[in-house]
This record gives sequence, C-alpha cells and structure tokens, in this order.
Amino acid sequence: MTYEFLQHYWCFIVSLLGALLVFLLFVQGANSMIFQLGKTPDERRLLINSTGRKWEFTFTTLVTFGGAFFASFPLFYSTSFGGAYWLWMLILFTFVLQAVSYEFQNKLGNFLGPKTFQCFLVLNGILGPLLLGGAVATFFEGSNFIVEKGNMIDADALSPVISHWANASHGLDALLNPWILVFAVAVLFLARTLGILYTMNNIADETIRTRSRYQLAGAAFVFVVLFVTYLIHLLLMDGYAYDDSGVIFMEPNKYLHNMLDMWYLTLVMLIGVVLVLYGIIQELLSGRNPLTLSGIWPAGIGTVLTVTPLLLMSAWNHTAYYPSTADLQSSLTLENSCSSYFTLNTMFWVSLLVPFVLAYIVYAWRKIDSKKIDRAEIADDDHAY
Amino acid sequence: MTNLLLSIDAGTIDWSRAQFALTAIYHWLFVPLTLGLAVIMGIAETIYYKKRTNFWKQTTQFWQRLFGVNFAMGVATGIILEFEFGTNWSNYSWFVGDIFGAPLAIEGIVAFFMESTFVAVMFFGWKKVSAGFHLASTWLTGLGATISAWWILVANAWMQYPVGCAFNPDTMRNEMTSFLDVALSPFAVEKFCHTVISSWIIGAVFVVAVSCWYLVKKRHQQMAVQSIRIAAIVGLVAALGAGATGHKSGQTIAQVQPMKLAAMEALYDGGHEIGLKVVEGIEVPYGLSMMATNTLDGYVPGINDLLEGYVKDDGTVELSADEKIERGRLAIQALADYRQAKAEGAADSVLQTQLSIIHSNMPYFGYGYVKDKQDLVPPVWINFWAFRAMVGLGCLFIAFFGLVLILIFDIPMVSLLVRRLLSAVGLLDERSADRSAPADAMPAWLCWAAVLMVPLAYIASESGWLVAEFGRQPWTIQDMLPTWAAVSDISAGSVALTFFLFLILFTTMLAVEINILLKQIKKGPEVS
Repeated sequence: MTYEFLQHYWCFIVSLLGALLVFLLFVQGANSMIFQLGKTPDERRLLINSTGRKWEFTFTTLVTFGGAFFASFPLFYSTSFGGAYWLWMLILFTFVLQAVSYEFQNKLGNFLGPKTFQCFLVLNGILGPLLLGGAVATFFEGSNFIVEKGNMIDADALSPVISHWANASHGLDALLNPWILVFAVAVLFLARTLGILYTMNNIADETIRTRSRYQLAGAAFVFVVLFVTYLIHLLLMDGYAYDDSGVIFMEPNKYLHNMLDMWYLTLVMLIGVVLVLYGIIQELLSGRNPLTLSGIWPAGIGTVLTVTPLLLMSAWNHTAYYPSTADLQSSLTLENSCSSYFTLNTMFWVSLLVPFVLAYIVYAWRKIDSKKIDRAEIADDDHAY
Repeated sequence: MTNLLLSIDAGTIDWSRAQFALTAIYHWLFVPLTLGLAVIMGIAETIYYKKRTNFWKQTTQFWQRLFGVNFAMGVATGIILEFEFGTNWSNYSWFVGDIFGAPLAIEGIVAFFMESTFVAVMFFGWKKVSAGFHLASTWLTGLGATISAWWILVANAWMQYPVGCAFNPDTMRNEMTSFLDVALSPFAVEKFCHTVISSWIIGAVFVVAVSCWYLVKKRHQQMAVQSIRIAAIVGLVAALGAGATGHKSGQTIAQVQPMKLAAMEALYDGGHEIGLKVVEGIEVPYGLSMMATNTLDGYVPGINDLLEGYVKDDGTVELSADEKIERGRLAIQALADYRQAKAEGAADSVLQTQLSIIHSNMPYFGYGYVKDKQDLVPPVWINFWAFRAMVGLGCLFIAFFGLVLILIFDIPMVSLLVRRLLSAVGLLDERSADRSAPADAMPAWLCWAAVLMVPLAYIASESGWLVAEFGRQPWTIQDMLPTWAAVSDISAGSVALTFFLFLILFTTMLAVEINILLKQIKKGPEVS
C-alpha cells in the first residue's frame, strides 16, 4: 500500500463515519420536534423512548468520527478544534445535555422536572445538526486560521503553538457566512426529515404518524430547496486546489471539476439523492397504507450515499479539504495534515474490524426493533425513559 | 512571526489544566462505578441464567437500573475529554497525534460501539431477546467499558512513559515506530490492571453499602444478603489485586518517573536505605528503598538530586536539570538550523550534522522549553497526601471486605471466632454472636460503616489519579512536552468561561444523579 493510497483510504473512512453521523442525526431531528409531534406527555414519552434507543449510536459515531480524524489527520484535529474553540464547545455542550436527558427525565428524584430535560433534547436537536452542518460547510467555504510549524523552534516563546485562529471569535465567525448557514440549515432540516421518517417507522401510534406525515412535507421541502441551492453554489464557486509540490491555489469551479473528474463519486451521490427523495415521496404518497412506513431506510441509505462522496469531493483530487481564508498556504490537504505511513498502515488493519462492528450493530438493532414501540410497552417497561 | 498574534498568557495554561482536571475528575466519578457494577450485575445475571428464578432476575434488574443512571453521566462527561485534547491542547494534538490518536480511534471502533449497542439490549431487551443473548449483552456491555478503559489507559500510559516513537524533524512531530510497544507497554499493562481492578472496589463498596442500608431498614433482606455475598468476594479480590498491581506500578514509577516518586514521598534528599514514610515523622525503615529497588539499601533519588544530578547504583550519571535544559535547547536550535539549511538547499552533510545533534539531544527535547528548573518539581504536598489517602484507604478496604465476608458467609470456625471476638469487645451483642442467620450477620455499626465506605472509596480512587497526574507535572508527555508548549492558542477568559460552564453543568447533573440514585434505592427492587 502506498502512502497516497492510505491517505485517501483514511479520508474515505472519516467521510463514511461523517456520513453515518449525518444519517444518525435523525435522533436530533426527531428530538427537535418533540413538542410538535407530541402534544401530550404520553406522546412525548413515546417519541423520547423511540429516539432513546438509538441516541448512543449517534453519540458513539460522533466520538469515533473525532477519534478517527485525530488518528489519521492530527493537524486538522489540532487546528480546527483548538482554533474553532467556541463552535466545537457549543456542539459538545449540547451533546452533554442530551446524554443525560434520556435517563434522568422521568426518573423519580429528578428535581429539575421532565420538561427541563425535554428542552435540553430540543436544544441539542436544533443546535447539534445546525452547528455540525456549519462545521462541515467550512470544508468548502474555508476557515480563518494560520498554521506555522516553525513556531515549535521558538523555545523562548511563552508557548510555541503552531495553529491559531486569525480572529477573536474562535469559530463563531463561520455562522456569519450566509453559505455556511444555508448548508447548516439544510443539514438541520435533513435531520428533521429523517427524524420524522424514523418515528413514523418506529412508533406504532396513529396520532403521531398522522402528525408526522403532516410535518414531513414542510421539513423535506426546506431541506431540498436549501440543499439544491448550496449544490448549485458549490458547482459555481472557486475551490482550493494544490499542485504536486503542495502549493495551494484558487481554482475556478474546482468542485465542478471534481464532480466531473470523479464521475463515480458523482454517480453515487446522485443515487443517494434519488434514494432520499424516494424515501420521502414514498412516505408522503402512501399515507393511508400502514404497511409502507419504511421510508427511513431508502432515505437513510441515500443520506450515507450522498454525504460520503460530498465529503470526498472536498478532499480528493488535489483539493485542500480544510482551506484557510487567512493564509492560503496554511490550508490543510490530505498530504500535509495526515499521520505517518506507519500509523495509517497500522490503523488500516484496525479499520477492517468496522464491517464486523456494523454487523453486530445491525443484528442488535433488528432484535430491539423487532416490535414497534407502543403505549403499552412504555407503560410495562421498567426502564422506559 | 505568527507568535506575535498569539493570545495565550499564563492564565490560559492554568485554566486549561484546571478544565481538564475538572472534566477528568468528574468523569472518574462515574467510570469506576460503571466498571465495578458491570462485574457484579454480570455475576447476578449469570446466576439468574442458571437458576431462572424471579428473585435473581429482579436483583439483576435492580442493579442494572442504578447502573443506567450512572452510565449516562459517564458517557456525558467522557465526550468532553476526548475533544479537549484538540480544543485545549492543540499543540499536543499535533506533536504526538500520530501516536496518541490511534488508541482513541481504536477505543471508538472497538469499545464504544460494543458498549452502546449492547447496553441498549441490556436495558430494553428483557422481553425481546433470549435469556442467553441478554446475558451476553450484559457481559459485553461491561467488556466494552473495560476495553474502552484499556485503550484510554494505553494513551495515558504513553504520556507518562513514551515508547515506540521517534521524532521526525521534517514533519516537526513524533511518529509511531512500533504499535505493539505503545499498546503493550509495561506501564500501560500495569496501569490498566491497577485502574480497572481498583474500580471494582467502588462497585463492590457501592453494592455492599446499598445492601447494608436495606439490612438496617429490614427491607429486601434476601436480595441484600445475596448481593453482599457477591460484592464482598469481588471487593476483597479487587482490593488485594489493587495492592499487588499498585506495588508493581510503584516500582515502574521509580524507574521511569523518579520525580513523581520523590514527590509522592516528599523526599528532597535521596540516598541509600531510605525509609517509607507513613506520615511525616513516622516511617518504615528501608521501606522506600525496598519498594523502589527490591533491595534494602537501594539508592532512591530525592527532588534535589534530580535537579542537581546524581550517580545511579550502576554507575551511570543522571544529568542535572540545568544540563538537561541546555541539551534540550541544543536540540531545538539544531532543529531550527536543520529547517533553515533544508529550506536553503544545503548540502546533505550539513543536514546530517544537524540531524545528529537533534537525535543525540532528543531525550531532553522538552527541557528546552523550560525556563526555570523549579518548574520541573510537581506539587509535593498534593502527591504526598493523595498517595497516603489511596494506600491507607486501600488497606482499610481489604480489612472491611475481609470482615464482611467472614460475617456474611458463615465460614466454619472462623466466623464464629470473629463474632465472639467482636462480642467480647462490645461490637456485637451476645445474642448475635452465636447466630448464623445471614440477615442478622452484619451488625448495625458495620452496616453504617459500609455506607461511609462509599465516599471513602471515591476519595481513594480520585487520589490515585491525583498522584498519577499531579506527579508528572509539568509534563504532558514525560520529558518531551511541558504543559505550556502543549496548550491551544485561546484566551484565558474563554477557557475560564467554559471551565465554569462545565462546573455548573456537571455539578447540577451530579446533584440530579445522586438524588435519583437515592430515590431508586429507597424505592428498592421489585422482588416478589
């Protein structure tokens, strides 16, 4: 295996994890609508117990996504997390709130009351996808940072830091870029769309299903409009390219070129988009047929097939995946930010465990979901949230 | 040039350290109980699987309910720790990310998914999967947590004893050269064994304490006795194991982190035949020499020896702190010269000369960032007292679990003898001295002592981490990178703000958790 192959391989693994994370944000999407989909305490409890059996997967995927990024592209980890401090801290903060909200909310002794934790879930449901979407959009739009490895040789400095943010907002500046906001809101509404599809499939309650179907059209419409808008913008914008010597330069229509050069990724992405649309439309058109409530599956698979190539477009084909708007040559590429050959190669063998992990997740998931959640099960379940 | 733009000040370093300490301490309130309860509820469910009685099912479910409340907080506090390496220690993330990132990634792939998948089956699968699959899920949840502990402790051990890596002057970072050296470092193996085994003590103490409370209240007595029996065995084995692994860890620390050992003992001037202090003024003769070197007259360096330099027993000379600082500066200067020469296209011989200076001084690289040798001394009093709290309480737990076992198991001769002894000194009434009914086996004072053991177990556990982490100051990576060279470029105010946000959030959530746990305990198991 060549070093270049391993860099691209690990970029693929990280992109796949990122795509799985976007799919699993259905948990956040559904939680963001707890009060819209559930009008009574019992209905809200059904919703929370439905997402409550999946939240750990989203959480774990986020942690593994971070760990894989750290292991394979440590300069990104150091530059983005250390620089865009407030953006990442806000994301983490909302996920911390989410992690305790399920277990605590309906337990005897919760002196903050169930509604407090339901509000935490809504907060994470909105801010989680929105800010993660914003962070992903910076892969195309750029961030305001400078990297200078030479700082390590300044022994007299108070601290020889190599990466720093070039403005005082530490990442919140990303939310002032309207295109980043367009992408971020698109991710939020994708999460809500997936969340609705998931609850329709997972909860055996006609009231919630009827209400969900009504909400689906609006959420899907906003997502499709914003996503298509951003895609057009992406095709028309200048991108960050680099030559064989590693010099970074602006290339007009870079991402359009990437889509044409890597037609196989474009094809996968188009299949993904079609599957997402199929999942949504199938659900919208089959309103009276309770047997066709499986839109989450084509839409979920479609999400993974759409997001994985989209992320790869930001990095493969001599593209700087974490561009710097403060200093072009500080931009991060697969080559200048990756781990050593030895580490990438070692981790390659570890990554072969991923299919095995996915297999037991699918097996356990099917076992748990073999019977849809209903009010009787919640009333009868000692551990229900 | 870009250093002029940095917003770091001394406050950034202190607040970053404080924030990491805060999140780590909070995280460690929940992890050991998870690890310990996982073993006990696993044993309880295994008995249920064998006997298929409603009693054992309800007993298992009761401990799992408490496990669930605690587990959520462990997850919540854990995510912050992983990302803080990037957010607050970005230079560290780059300088050693090539080595340090791998264990974290493996932890996610191998351990977290196992934990999160099977914990859902454990909680919600009682009526959906077979008894065998459920039992496997319970054990796999515990195994996932334990594997997670393995990889994070590999990462932590590597920071204390960096092995399997080499500095690459072209990429300006350390890179992995041997995965096995990192993953199976003796320091990591000892750390894992000591940490995980001592976590079982917390689980055992918790179960014994809750069960004893039921005995005092005369509620759920059968469950309490059976749970005490399981937990006391786990607790005694764990307490003895923690002692043995702790001793082994101490010997390794003497070899690779002598400054930590000196701080733990408040030993300023070392020498031969050094005693082990119990407290200031009372010591076990030859104890420290024996502990550190396995000989009564072995040489143990003190803080002043480590700063001024000394000659080891084998005749090798340990450099003084000033000499190490000088050699660290030589390495950094040679690195600067190498980079400049390379940029200017200098001849290979020039580059090789600089490389040889870099490599010969690399073991002292981190010292090049040190401006005052006193910065190399960790806080002594914290290490000294934290070490004593850990060891002293560890000995107490051995005695406690031993006594509980003798009383609850009715061991022929021994139990009767101990009961009569307790009766003779007034700790057991005469009527109970000759009785062997398990529900009455535990005298009230011992039950209340068991409840008191819960905070003591946490103090012991957190003290262990205080020794491990304060003892290695000022290094984030031993001899390689001091804290001030590892930090992110963020203002002190920003880190202080997130520190207080986490403090408020975690403290509030801890209060909620404790209240929920107390209510759940008060409610009790649903044993029919």
